Amino acid sequence: MRMLLTSFGFGLLFGLGLLLSGMTDPARVLGFLDVAGAWNPALALVMGGAVAVALPAFTLAKRRQNSLLGQPISLPTKRHIDVRLLGGAAIFGLGWGLSGICPGPGLVLLGHAAPGAVVFTLALLIGTRLAERATGA
Amino acid sequence: MSIILDPIVLAKSLAGGLLIGAAASGLILVNGRIAGISGILAGATRRGAQGWQWAFLAGLLVAGALAALAGSPIPPALTQQGWPVLVLAGLLVGFGTRIGGGCTSGHGVCGLARLSPRSLAAVLVFMACAGLVVFVRRHVL
Repeated sequence: MRMLLTSFGFGLLFGLGLLLSGMTDPARVLGFLDVAGAWNPALALVMGGAVAVALPAFTLAKRRQNSLLGQPISLPTKRHIDVRLLGGAAIFGLGWGLSGICPGPGLVLLGHAAPGAVVFTLALLIGTRLAERATGA
Repeated sequence: MSIILDPIVLAKSLAGGLLIGAAASGLILVNGRIAGISGILAGATRRGAQGWQWAFLAGLLVAGALAALAGSPIPPALTQQGWPVLVLAGLLVGFGTRIGGGCTSGHGVCGLARLSPRSLAAVLVFMACAGLVVFVRRHVL
């Protein structure tokens, strides 16, 4: 039960951060990506600020076996930079650049009951299942 | 090109980033899990889904619902997009994040914070591709 409550709380905090930062506004995201136009660099501070806070936390997490709630700390173990990683990132980038929406903001906008976010998220889930089918995952 | 620098926007972006970082830190240190939203969503919607995954996603949805209750409008830049674009973008984002093992949160925030070369490579590639699409649509077509 504590695991559920804390996960909910961190999801809520994450979502509020996305809202405050402007990540849920596709105009802001596309303005950030439009380096050749009227460039709005503010979103660099979102990732920069998030990483600055998370860096010490992950440094600590790497040295610990268990979380504060006694769960095993599961960090990714893959090391290779391969075609799959880069190809997947490239395909994701095409979709992100097309819409200005990535998965987190899509879900926040879904909670906002935005019709466009319903369409986006349904398509995202179909894309997810297609990728799993294609790779046998 | 020109650069837009609005101090209030910059401050809100930084503050939002700090909250996102705090949430990702909390999830790994308290619950032992990575705040990678594409991965959590994929896990929550298939067999073997775990309760914490749905709880985290519920938090994201409630954040959006609170914004709606507070009277914040749906961003016009979302409403103005045609459904074909949203469907195509959703398919690409879903497919790409599953193949590449993460999105802006998993690779971008958590991956960079644990100094993963894989995540850095992924971030550079998805940023470059996204920037390329925006460049082509706004300055070439």
